[in-house]
Amino acid sequence: MAVLDILGAIITLIGSLFLLLGSIGILRMPDVYNRMQAGTKATTLGSMMFLLGLGISYIECGCIGRIVVLILFILFTNPISSHALARAAHHAGIKLADVSIRDCLKDDEQEQKGASV
Amino acid sequence: MKILKRSILIYIFLFFVWFLLTGFKAQELIAGSVVCLIITVIYNSKALAFEELRLTPKSLLYSILYAVIFLVELIKSNFDVASRVANPKLPIHPGIVKVRTKLKSKIGKLILANSITLTPGTLTVETRDEFFYIHWINISTDNIDDTSRQIVARFERYLEVIFG
Repeated sequence: MAVLDILGAIITLIGSLFLLLGSIGILRMPDVYNRMQAGTKATTLGSMMFLLGLGISYIECGCIGRIVVLILFILFTNPISSHALARAAHHAGIKLADVSIRDCLKDDEQEQKGASV
Repeated sequence: MKILKRSILIYIFLFFVWFLLTGFKAQELIAGSVVCLIITVIYNSKALAFEELRLTPKSLLYSILYAVIFLVELIKSNFDVASRVANPKLPIHPGIVKVRTKLKSKIGKLILANSITLTPGTLTVETRDEFFYIHWINISTDNIDDTSRQIVARFERYLEVIFG
């Protein structure tokens, strides 16, 4: 049991390190889209590993199946929510940071507007 | 035939989730199988996503390969973000690029967009028909074909076989 405890603890620790790096990324990145990038990837793997570590530590309670369901939910819904937020931000007209190189979506939108007028 | 295949897939999916939630208990499994059957009968005309799944040995093999590749990419993307964040210079060249996909099915596109969001340095912002608009943290090329090859192709190969 002790081995599983330690293994679970290590996986949980790595997961929380990813979460920490993700939050530092949210603070350091220049605009909303880059922040979303840091946020999505780190939280997905971070929470997956966090839950997996918990499941391994408490394997005797038989809740590993429920944890697998939770992990799958996070894996499928996290990218969708960040896509929806990024899309909404772009529709609301939030500009990209100055370091950005180009914005194809904005160009295409303006082209469409020009065509319809 | 189509309805039968769809119903069986829905039933297996529902029962699998129920099994994960409850574990090995005879009473729960019997009750779950009955409830799954009722839900399948009621909802099989609405769950059209299962229709696009192909059930051949090749597609099953590719699903497993896809899962492995996806997990590797997910871990790589975390190290990518971590190294960018930890670097004091913050090495990013972001922008929104446009890529083209060959996938036709809706569920295939959904999974492709999700996979793109979780792979190193890319985030799907908008989808229009066959074009995806992707926020890329480190733009290296201007050409739409090169971009598509770099971002989309590694997943598309597998999803094309699984969903079409």
